[in-house]
Parts: sequence; structure tokens; C-alpha cells
Amino acid sequence: MKLAYWMYAGPAHIGTSRVTSSFRNVHAITHAPLGDDYFNVMRSTSERERDFTPVTASVVDRHVLARGSQEKVINNISRKDEEQHPDLIVLTPTCTSSILQEDLQNFVDRASSSSESDVIPADVNYHRVNELQAADRTLEQITRFYLDRARKQSTLDRSVTNRPSANIIGIFTLGFHNQHDCRELKRLPGESGIAVNQVIPEGGSLKYLKDLPRAWFNTVPYREVGLMTATFLEKEYGMPYISITPMGISNTADFIAQIGKLVNVWASALSEKRLNYKLYVDNQTKFVSQAAWFSKSIDCQNLAGKEAAIFGDATHAASITKILVKEMGIRVTCSGTYCKHDAERFNEQVRGLCDEVIVTEDHTEVGDTIARIEPSAIFGTQMERHIGKRIDTPCGVISSPVHIQNFPLGYRPFLGYEGTNQIADLIYNSFNLGMEDHSLDVFGGHDTKEVSTKSLSTDRRDINRTPEAESEPSRIPGFVRGRTKKNTEVFAKQNNIPEITIDVMYAAKEKSSS
Amino acid sequence: MKTLEIPTFECETGNYHTFCPISCVAWLYQKIEDSFFSVVGTKTRGYFLQNALGVMIFAEPRYAMAESEEGDISAQLNDQKELERICLQIKSDRNPSVIIWIGTCTTEIIKMDLEGIAPKLEKQLGIPIVVARANGLDHAFTQGEDTASAAMTHRCPEYIYRTTDQRGEDVVKHVVTDVAPNKKFFDEKGKLNRCNSVLFGSLPSSVASQLNLESRRQSVSVSGWLPSQKYTELPALGEGVYVCGVNPFLSRTATAPMRRRKCRLVGAPFPIGPDGTRAWIEKICSVFDVKPDGLEERENQIWKNLSDYLEIITGKSVFFMGDNLLEISLARFLIRCGMVVYEVGIPYMDRRYQAAELLLLQHTCEKMKKPTPRIVEKPDNYSQVQRMHELQPDLAITGMAHANPLEARDIDTKWSVEFTFAQIHGSVNARDALELVTRPLRRRSDFISGCRSLSRQTVDV
Repeated sequence: MKLAYWMYAGPAHIGTSRVTSSFRNVHAITHAPLGDDYFNVMRSTSERERDFTPVTASVVDRHVLARGSQEKVINNISRKDEEQHPDLIVLTPTCTSSILQEDLQNFVDRASSSSESDVIPADVNYHRVNELQAADRTLEQITRFYLDRARKQSTLDRSVTNRPSANIIGIFTLGFHNQHDCRELKRLPGESGIAVNQVIPEGGSLKYLKDLPRAWFNTVPYREVGLMTATFLEKEYGMPYISITPMGISNTADFIAQIGKLVNVWASALSEKRLNYKLYVDNQTKFVSQAAWFSKSIDCQNLAGKEAAIFGDATHAASITKILVKEMGIRVTCSGTYCKHDAERFNEQVRGLCDEVIVTEDHTEVGDTIARIEPSAIFGTQMERHIGKRIDTPCGVISSPVHIQNFPLGYRPFLGYEGTNQIADLIYNSFNLGMEDHSLDVFGGHDTKEVSTKSLSTDRRDINRTPEAESEPSRIPGFVRGRTKKNTEVFAKQNNIPEITIDVMYAAKEKSSS
Repeated sequence: MKTLEIPTFECETGNYHTFCPISCVAWLYQKIEDSFFSVVGTKTRGYFLQNALGVMIFAEPRYAMAESEEGDISAQLNDQKELERICLQIKSDRNPSVIIWIGTCTTEIIKMDLEGIAPKLEKQLGIPIVVARANGLDHAFTQGEDTASAAMTHRCPEYIYRTTDQRGEDVVKHVVTDVAPNKKFFDEKGKLNRCNSVLFGSLPSSVASQLNLESRRQSVSVSGWLPSQKYTELPALGEGVYVCGVNPFLSRTATAPMRRRKCRLVGAPFPIGPDGTRAWIEKICSVFDVKPDGLEERENQIWKNLSDYLEIITGKSVFFMGDNLLEISLARFLIRCGMVVYEVGIPYMDRRYQAAELLLLQHTCEKMKKPTPRIVEKPDNYSQVQRMHELQPDLAITGMAHANPLEARDIDTKWSVEFTFAQIHGSVNARDALELVTRPLRRRSDFISGCRSLSRQTVDV
């Protein structure tokens, strides 16, 4: 057992439900007690979904506990089959069913004999995987199911499309800015003459899944979901895939270079003319994306050397780290992720870009780390935003878990060239603006509020301050106040000074700036 | 029993959406200031709490998950040792006066003996540990509070007739000098008030004191509330104490003091809406043999104040999908306001505990010349949506899972959970309750009248 207040990634069945409800006409039946169909609320509120979420619970109550589900699950499946005629019904286990150890496969076998819909059990182990891993697995499972069937029925068309085309894998419901990213992603290869074959699972239809292998290659924009499907398609159907996230200018350029490479291999085989993407990338970088110019502009100079802390899922945290360090000259003191299962790759991605890497699912550890390093800005999830509020540090939200406010109506992609603009805005607006900084420095701040004591690290050492020394920090701009105070205390301690006077404060300042 | 006159009780499949009963920690930890709630269960529960409570989770709540891991489920770890470790951590971090363990489906299924472990750890740690089994196997949403309050009745101190009675009278006299304009009248009644009355149900303290005041006006003093503001201030229970509920979902809490503490239960309608509040007070007065004074004028005055809202809703129809057990009382109130209620979905219907409320519902229907609504226990949401499609009610009171889809199909909705958190008890708050009900109707405007339905699904269900 462990004491927990908050979790970054949800339980497995949420991941499965996210995948099934992203496909068109797929219904999930969760084997769960009353109240565990909370996914419907999340989807209906956060995504402002206007249609009924295709997830129903087959309710586990006392009777089920005593004598097993018996006909209940099967009845629920056939009822759903009759009522809504879904193409596929996915029977989803929850923690409850995994503890009850009911034979879901058996239910599925019996139900599928009588129902018109296809029925499969989601193959996820509640205790072993989290939301993201489960989503990854379920997507692969559904794809495999339909491709295998098509192969058996020999309805599989193995010829590639005439024009170069790509599948986009891993766009789905309740994903962080997924809808906008999807639009941007379709545009990105589209502008360079590559058609989008299919997007799965969002809006995907099962009867077209058999045409997945007709694309020239696959793209997996997010590391968390889609990789399993992509590797499956590579292994079984020889489809190459690109797993670079086109987030930030250099990543996007890499992404397009990869496309170029893949397409040109085929182009020579099909004796078409080779495509050259260098010009496209140049044009986009110079004119469509403002981010490259922005990082050269005077505005961005003020950001140089500022410190930031980053935390989020592996995809976003790694990409944003790269953008901050390489494209904007900001110092990333700490970068971290809660995707423990992907820690190795994350470490590799951010190696050399930041001073410190944390991989944890414990939000207090993240909070304490941030409080210790006192960055000028945080880029994280909603939880880090609240940590930021408590320690008076601005925070930009870059990754799930998120609130309804992170499902904006306006166009806000994180990927592609428009994404670079959005990210630049987000980053720039999170830091205190340049001139504001200066005026605060010069005039000693807007206000005469007391010293901010909001700090997550509560170990106040027993050091006295003279009244003047107490009031002095109020003249220091708010955002460096905490650090100045701490530096002074450390200095006093190191030099065995029992009382902090103004002299001590300035001595400390001299020491730290030398 | 008189309730049998209510003709239509139905029971459906129980495939409906509601909150998991562990959500009761959200309001209970705020109510009981010195408590700490520890939900023993798996990630699913934690994820629900975290999402359902939204912003509250960031405010250093006095609750946490004791998250079971694979080792706990397969009994490789010792439950008692694990819980001990967690409670020690809670004790050192927060030092609460009571730790309340909320048992979940997980603890039920693996048969974790929380009730057995609690007394042992309690002795060891020196902190009271109360066990409430608020799981989705047996309960729905607000019933979580019921299990927690019922568990707490066992912790209430013993009522000692003489001394407490004395204090009760003191309170009344004190009020007399403060509030009552008619001194003589109250003095007389004060002496009549021999017995103690304890109200149960968790309400925000301002609402609780409003209800206290309502009953003090009739010179019936409220000697305590269950739950109280602090765990250390739980009311005394015992022979000679009358208990009365303020919420319709507290049937276990109602039986526990009766059966275990020899208290007597006052079966009254619930103080929701001016009509309910009046009937509630009248019933309490009748038990204490007090003649209620000025209630009718007071009720009429409140109705007059509501006239602007009543104008909006009179004649409109409403459909309760059912998820929090407040439905019967709300339906009764809304019928009295002039609405037509098509259907009252309700997770669980205790006909004995709600008898007075059901009776009032029936009288209200007769008085307002409105049809008696059908009451559907354990409703089936899918069938309900079908029925709603037929009936086209003006307003659906429903959970968030259905609210947006129904709005897209041109049915105005009100999120039912808001009734659980808003202040709707007592005459004073009748306005707040109607504010909630009328909001979707008030904001209805013509600007999107061009498109009847904004649903994307081509085949409408």
C-alpha cells in the first residue's frame, strides 16, 4: 500500500476506453461496480462531447460478488448489440474484475456467437499497466484483430497507394491538444505532396483498418500511444515508421527529413522523381513559423540564461526541454517525466540538455524539487501549475493531466510549424516580461508586500534577522526574493553568523555574484 | 402503511450513471474539521476522486488514498502492517482527531477486515479509527455519507438524561432573550421541551445554524448535529433523545441510533423548499408537543419572494434521471412550484425512512392537481434517454455524463450533482434551489434556434 493524493496517469481501463471511444461505432463495456463509469463524465465535460460516450458499465454488485456475473455480462453485450449495432464491442476489465478473476474471454466467446458485432476482451492487466500503456496495447490489439481477419478472408489489399501516403497513429480522445495536432499533422506532409491514408483511432472506422498497410509509412507523433501498433505494422507488413515528434523547429525539420528519406526510397523504386524537402523546410522555418525569428529577436534575449523546470509525459517534456535549450537559450535546471516505463528513452533524449532528470510518479517529489531549485518558470501539467501558484512561480501547461481549460476551442496545436508559434507564445508569456523585469529591478517592485514565505521547503533554520534585514527583501523583486533570502541564510550558516543584518545580506550577494 | 397509495414504483436494470459513494469524503472532510479520510482501494478510486473533486485536490485536502498494490491484493503483504504504516504517516503529517477509513469495492472483494483491524490500530496509535464501507457494490453517491455517519453514531458519547436536559433548557432560555419578541410564549414552551433532539446529515455550518434557528423559533432546541463540526464534539445519544434527518439518503444513519442507541426517530419530510421546511418543523413540533407558531405566514412570505422564479417554471416539465437520492424531495418541491414531473429516477428508495416525504409528495400532487410521477428505482439510463426522447421534457436533471449530449439534442439540463453541493435546505435557501433549477431555462435564448439539434450523430437516439 502507498499513500497517494494524486496520480499523473490514470488506471488502465481509462486508456482502453479512450481508444475505443475514439473509433467510430465501437462500444466499450466495462466490467465494473457502480460509479466506475466516470470516464463518461470526463469525456463529456472536458472534451465537451456532444454525443453519448459509447461506454457502458456492466455493473458489478453484491450478487455478482456472490455468484459471479453469469449471464449478466453476456446479456449486456447482446443488448448493446441490438440497441446500437456497434461494429465492435470491447469488454474492458477494471481492477474489480481483475481481482474477481472472472473469465472475460469466456463471456466474449459466448456473446460473440450470438451478436452481430465483433466482440473482443481488452487484453490489459490492471496492475501492470497504466492508462497510457493500456491505450497503446488496446490500439494494437484492435488493429491486429482486423488485419488478421482481413488476411484470413484474403480481403487485404497489399499494394501501396499510387501517391505517397502516410498513416497517423495515436491521435485520440482526451489527449492533450490532440485534435489540433491532428489537423496540423495532416497539413505537414500534405503540403509536400503526401496524402494521409488514415488517422487512427480518432474518427477511424474499423472497416477501413484493412487498408492501413496501403500507406507508404506510419507516423507516431506521441511516444506514449501508437508505438506498439507501428512496430506491429513494421514487423508484419514491412511498413517503416517515424517516431520523431514534430514539436519545435528542429524536431519538425528532422521529421520532414525522415519523410523525405522514406519517400525517396520508394520514389526511386517506382521511378518517380525524387522529392526534395529542404526548400520546404527552409520556407516554413523562415516564413510560416515565427519561432526561429522570435528566438533571434531582442525579446528573446531577455530569456537567455533564465532557469526553467519541466515535467510532463515523455513526449512533451522531452520536446519542450529541447526547444527551451536549443531554440531559445533558456537553461533547463530540471526536466522530468512520469512515464516511468519509458525512462530510458527519456534520459537519452534530454541528456546534456538539463542539469537534473527526475523520473517519478510522486507529485510531492516534483514539488519539492521545484521548490528547491526555484526556477523562473515551470512547464508542466496542471499539478505543476498549482505547485507554481503556491511558490509564486509562473507555469505553462505542456502536458496531461489537464483540465477543461486545456481543451481550447481555438486552434492551438503543439506540433508542426503552427505549433512552434503556439509554443513560443506559451513560453514567452510564462516568464515575466523583459521590461517589467527591468523596472522591477530598478524601482524595487510595484508593491511593499511582505516577504513571500510561500515555499514548499519548510525547513526554516533558526536564524535571526534584524528588523532592517527583514524589510530589505521587500525591495528585491518578488521573483528573486525567495532565492536571495535563501542564499543569505546559507551564507550566514556557512560563516557562522548568528544574526542577519543588511551587511550580511550584501556580503552574501557579493559572494554569490562573484 | 400509507405510502402504498403511491401507485407507480418501478425497478429497472440499475444500469445508470452516478458517482462512486467514496465521493462523500469531498464534503465530509470539509465538514469535520479535525478528521482525516483515508480511502483504501485501487487506483481507479483515486483517479475518480482526483477528477471529480477538480480544484479541491490542490488545496492540501485532508484525505488520501491508501492505494492497494498487487502485493496487497494477493495477500503477500500484511494488511494490518500496511495500514499501520500509512496511519502513522498520516498521524505524523497531519495529527487528526480521527482517521476515517473508507472501504471500497476492492476491500470488499478481497475481504480486508477493516472493522477488525481498526480497533487494534486504534489502541496502538491512540487515534480513533472509524470504518465506513462506502463502496460501489452496495451504494450510490450520497449513500457514502450515510455509511460514514452511521459508523459515527457508535462513537457518540452516551446521553445522560439529567445534565444534558439542563443544558438544553439553558440554551432555550438564552435564545429567548436573544431572538424571541414574545418572551412569555417562549418561556412556556421552553419548559415543555424536555427531550433532546439531534439532527443528522452533513450540511454547511451556515445552513445548519439556519435550521437550528428555524426550530428554535418554535422553541425546540437542537442539542447537536451528526456529524458535528469537530469529531470531538459529536452529540450525545441515548434513551430520551429524538433524532431527525435532514437528508433523504440517510436511512442507515436513521436506523443506527434507533437500534443501537435507543433514540427515537422523527419521521418527517425533509427541509427542502419552503413547503418541506414547514412540514419538517411541524413534525418535529408535534413530537415535542409544541404548537407551531407563525409557520404558515412564514411559508407564504417565502413563496411570495420566489414569485419571479415561479413565473419561469410554472407549467414546465422536468425529468429526474436519478443519481443522488434527493430526487423525491426535489420533485415534491418542484411540483409545489407548479412544474410537472414526468419521472423520478432514484438509485434506492427506502419507503420507510422516506414515508413522510412520499406522503407529502402525494398531497402536493393532489393539491396542485398534477399527476403523480412514476418513481423508478435503479433506473436504466439508456431506456430513460429513450423515454425522454418521447416525452421531450423542458428540463432534465441528470448527471454530467448525459448533460452535454442531451443539450446537443435540444433538451435543457441541470447537473444533478450541484444539488448535493449547493445550499438547498431550509426556507432561506429555497431561492438558491430555484436559482439552480431555473438557470438552464433562463439562459435559453433564440440565437441558435436555427438549428434544433446540435448533435453530430445522424441517427438520433
